[in-house]
Amino acid sequence: MNFQVFSLTVCVAMAASIVSAQEVRVYNWSDYIDEELLTKFEQETGLDLIYDVFDSNELLETKLLAGQSGYDVVVPTGTFLQRQIQAGAFQKLDYSKLPNSTNLWDVVAERTAQYDPGNQYSINYMWGTTGIGVNVTKVTELLGGNASIGSLSLVFDPSNMEKLATCGVHMVDAPTEMIPAALQYLGEDPNSHDPEVIAKAEAVFAAVRPYIQKFHSAEYINSLANGEICVAFGFSGDILQARDRAAEAGNDFEIAYNPPSEGALMWFDQMAIPADAPNPEGAHQFLNFVMDPENIAQASNYVYYANGNLASQEFLIEDVISDTAIYPDATTLDNLYTTTPYPTRTQRVVTRLWTKIKSGT
Amino acid sequence: MGRFFLIATPYFWLLALFLVPFFIVFKISLSDPDIAIPPYVPNLNWNEGWPGLSDFLTQLDFENFGFLLTDDLYWKAYLSSLRIAVLSTFLTLLVGFPIAYGMARAEPRWRPTLLLLIILPFWTSFLIRVYAWIGILSTEGYLNQVLQFTRIIESPLTVLNTPTAVYIGIIYTYLPFMVLPIYASLERMDLSLLEAAEDLGCSRISAFWLITVPLARAGIIAGCFLVFIPVLGEIVIPSLLGGSDTLMIGKVLWEEFFNNRDWPLASAVAVVLLIVLIIPIILFQRNELKQREAEGS
Repeated sequence: MNFQVFSLTVCVAMAASIVSAQEVRVYNWSDYIDEELLTKFEQETGLDLIYDVFDSNELLETKLLAGQSGYDVVVPTGTFLQRQIQAGAFQKLDYSKLPNSTNLWDVVAERTAQYDPGNQYSINYMWGTTGIGVNVTKVTELLGGNASIGSLSLVFDPSNMEKLATCGVHMVDAPTEMIPAALQYLGEDPNSHDPEVIAKAEAVFAAVRPYIQKFHSAEYINSLANGEICVAFGFSGDILQARDRAAEAGNDFEIAYNPPSEGALMWFDQMAIPADAPNPEGAHQFLNFVMDPENIAQASNYVYYANGNLASQEFLIEDVISDTAIYPDATTLDNLYTTTPYPTRTQRVVTRLWTKIKSGT
Repeated sequence: MGRFFLIATPYFWLLALFLVPFFIVFKISLSDPDIAIPPYVPNLNWNEGWPGLSDFLTQLDFENFGFLLTDDLYWKAYLSSLRIAVLSTFLTLLVGFPIAYGMARAEPRWRPTLLLLIILPFWTSFLIRVYAWIGILSTEGYLNQVLQFTRIIESPLTVLNTPTAVYIGIIYTYLPFMVLPIYASLERMDLSLLEAAEDLGCSRISAFWLITVPLARAGIIAGCFLVFIPVLGEIVIPSLLGGSDTLMIGKVLWEEFFNNRDWPLASAVAVVLLIVLIIPIILFQRNELKQREAEGS
């Protein structure tokens, strides 16, 4: 390589690094923001926003643990966040750069502190529950008008599932969501880390497994919306999105979401900055932008998930703030439980059990 | 000197793109999982020199390979993958051979066009083509719409999320890899051999089995390997088109890697998969070589 070529290469490399200083790379869940907000952020800050999406916590975690993910902001769920903090994946937030953090809602912040003590590493983006999405029209047709569509027995009682199998049942492919639900159905502690207690979930699923068409992380949104399936056990906002898509398409059936009456799992998706983020400055700007009440309200109005921002509530549309499936009332809130991450050994037991449940092996 | 580099190039390629990555994976398979970045221990610390290296080496063990034997999940997944790979290779051959045969017997001026038609699907992303099959095979999909419209069936067929859908997806995706090598070997075939066979009283069907198939053998073998090897480790098609009960080793590997965060065990699964693949291929090649020598002498 002669000197000219070499210096040219150096120039190009330097130019590339300058460009990357003006970029913010955000890695968020799919279908999880109003994309107008992305343009708004670019206009307000003059930064280039690169917005990528993922569809499972596991995928995000693997990228983080491999190191050099290249992202400035990532959005893991609380239980995963806790373990990732332990692995040293994140940097502490500089709250002096986050003036909008005064808008946060203490009800949520208190709960997220159990994953991230003092909320030192993360802020809440959205939170929700895991529950049952039902095509009310078809399910009433099959089970009659008195069917308890908000109860775990709808999906865990074989006599119900046998009838529902004809129109299709999906469950979210996430053992950390589904196994606690099965334990709750049995009256056990849903957050149990005792392998013997966890093993009891197997019998619950084994009894209804023949009637479950698929375990998948996101497919149920579309399948529920276009009537291909009539029951989905999944994330609140996803099912509410399905409800809206069905209504927009003018489909002649009604979709409803209910957190299980026996108690529902409450989860929190937290925004955090990886320890090796190329642009932590820009990441803080993005976090501050998201905590602006009007911005986060716009996101909630679009994705139908509750957020952890108290000041945003006056900007929420009636459909969101008044829907107890999104913002539960005080009694439902008491009925929600949270889970903590499994230790490595127990995690293996849970994954193995889940594979056994899904594939019968 | 130039000759040396010419010969060394493929070896260098093999070293950089196969052996080095393999040893990295093999090294990880001897480690233990940990909550850290990267999520396994031990890590080699070059700064400590020789004591660091010996310390590192003593921490490695074959524990993960032992674990693969304790749970029937792993060998069941290997067997299930093998079954799917063997059956779909056979089905692809069944569909692919007539296509290649037809192309090779077509008029020469049509052949480039036919060849282009085989290659054309590659211009669309593989993922999009598999997604398109979801639209075709789902209960509300095109297949069911056509069948119901023509009154062939009354109620929709459930094809998506079943093993049938996985086979359809695999055959569709890997068909060109089967057709192209067979076509290449059939196209070179001397047709006068068939005429000679018929002149000598051989029926058309026996001529096909006695002359065409043996001459296409190299192409058939190449096609089968090109299909069999990637299908064995396939993950995308079974996860998009298959149901939750389609057990394949690629999925097990994914779960070890992503759900359990157990990179060492996932690496052990990958090393065993490689051995499962390489040993039959080596045996096969040795057998081929012997046969060729026997024919030559």
